[in-house]
Amino acid sequence: MRKTLSCILILILVVGMAVSLSGCGQKVVINVYNWGEFMDETLIDEFEKQTGIGVNYKTYETNETLLAKLEAGGSSYDVVFPSDYAVSEMIKRDMLLPLDYSNIPNIKYIDERLRGQEYDPENKYSVPYFWGTVGILYNKDLVTDPVESWDILWNDKYKGQILMKKDVRDSIGVALIRLGYSVNTTNDAELEQAKQLLIQQSPLVNGYYGDEIRDLIANGDAALGVTYSGDFMDLYWEGIDNVGYAIPKEGSNIWYDCMVIPKSAKHKKEAEMFINFMLDPDVGFRNSEEVGYTSPNTEVIKRMQEEYPEVFELPAYWPDEEALSKGEVYVDLGDYKAKYNDILTEVLAQ
Amino acid sequence: MNKKLRLLAYPYSVWMGIFIVIPLFLILVYSVTTGDIHDASSLKLSGESYKKVLEPIYLNIIKDSFVLAAASTLICLLLGYPAAMIISNTNIKYRGLVLVFFIVPIWMNFLLRTYAWMSLLSPNGFLNRFLMWLGLPKLELMPGQGAVLVGMVYNFLPFMVLPIYTVLSKIDKNVLEAASDLGGNKIVTFFRVVLPLSVPGVVSGITMVFMPAVSTFIISGLLGGSKTPLIGDLIEQQFISSRNWHFGSALSIILMVMILISMAIMSRIDQNNAQEGRKV
Repeated sequence: MRKTLSCILILILVVGMAVSLSGCGQKVVINVYNWGEFMDETLIDEFEKQTGIGVNYKTYETNETLLAKLEAGGSSYDVVFPSDYAVSEMIKRDMLLPLDYSNIPNIKYIDERLRGQEYDPENKYSVPYFWGTVGILYNKDLVTDPVESWDILWNDKYKGQILMKKDVRDSIGVALIRLGYSVNTTNDAELEQAKQLLIQQSPLVNGYYGDEIRDLIANGDAALGVTYSGDFMDLYWEGIDNVGYAIPKEGSNIWYDCMVIPKSAKHKKEAEMFINFMLDPDVGFRNSEEVGYTSPNTEVIKRMQEEYPEVFELPAYWPDEEALSKGEVYVDLGDYKAKYNDILTEVLAQ
Repeated sequence: MNKKLRLLAYPYSVWMGIFIVIPLFLILVYSVTTGDIHDASSLKLSGESYKKVLEPIYLNIIKDSFVLAAASTLICLLLGYPAAMIISNTNIKYRGLVLVFFIVPIWMNFLLRTYAWMSLLSPNGFLNRFLMWLGLPKLELMPGQGAVLVGMVYNFLPFMVLPIYTVLSKIDKNVLEAASDLGGNKIVTFFRVVLPLSVPGVVSGITMVFMPAVSTFIISGLLGGSKTPLIGDLIEQQFISSRNWHFGSALSIILMVMILISMAIMSRIDQNNAQEGRKV
């Protein structure tokens, strides 16, 4: 009995190994790790059919999760999608491979204005994937004043109706912009002023939330709040029309979600082929239609202008030149991160 | 035979060593050092993290966590004890069904349950819409400490009910009959017989509710709008967004010590009760 059992087990082992080995020889599989709901996944099948390269697609929820996962090691990802400040941190910590643009000819479609940002000045490591802004989302039934300035978040009239982003960079960033400082400041005096401004705002704030802000405002549970342009676009495509989105005149943060290749990648060339595929005008257009955020691809934008001219009236989709010129990107704060976090804790604990 | 049995314990000892003892040791090391966490040679002994815990803002957060956890434990006890009694007095035929009703909510994801409370308690949520339909004024529940408390009680109540129920259902019915034979009415029987006999269940219920309640996170973020940050939220923030592992570890150690102290007090009560029981 025991003998037969061990024979069977060995057989299973051998067959299993043979199958997995033969699988390895035939096909390269790349690991792609992206934000949740941030890609038209039918495109993945198309890429697999076109190139014969397999794609193992997984998703995450925050830049911090991505960084923690890459930091922990033990896994190899070929293409990941960090935001600007995460890209800059990964560059600083030598976690990325430089891109070989001879494998990514479609880079020519990327809007010149959106290249060479502070987080990766020569785009040596990253290609923008989608971009957007931070602004004020408001419920049109509850906000009667024009939303033009960050000052409205300090207006007593909306006491208990204001939502702030429970994000270190976004909440402190709003205060810094209102004071006229850089969102990447490492000046203690400037940060102290920003902290005081947020503490002063605290009694007016209904709550500090993350992704919940979108639905709380759409449902009328709160009147206005700080959030990303993408949240407004989600509501817009769903056909919810009682909300508005404004980029305040003082300027705001412009964010980029990028495609990069981590150092642990095993198939760099195939990863570059994948990036090139995502930049293809046709693919980019379909992806843009599905995800709904603003593409950095000029050809995609042309097609969008033909198909959906109305979205180019929306500051959430198409910020005007002024907003673009006044916008600032986040870069990594290094050790100063802890200081920003302590400020947020102090504001929350008021 | 005994030796062979002892061999069976080795896998668990190894497991415990790798996944419990070593990580705990690492947390202890991180809490008393500063430097780059990825480079062991750069770590220097330092009491900085513990000094930071003693700043008033963090002491306040720890205090809030304990007060909220204690309040939710008390409410769970007041709601849970009668519930456990009702279940243990239910006809044995239906008892399984009633128990299932208590356990079913735990099958659902914790986060989902908390989101559900958000849509119940929010300013335009179900509760307020119902009140408006009745012509009553709206309640401002969420975000607030009250909503956080509701969320905690709802999530942890089963952990109070089940241990108390287990103890109550094991009480020998003859003991109750003896009490009534000796002339004790229901109230006297409850306070002098049932309650003392159920103390072990109450103690483990309190421990099982208090521990997750004091270290909970997310609930205060969703139902309290993060305006009452708790120690669990603070620890999460240190490891995820501020990546100050040293401070996060110091907070975790403080939390663990406090839980140990409260558990020691609870087990003392349990022991005293057992001794008193013997004296009587």
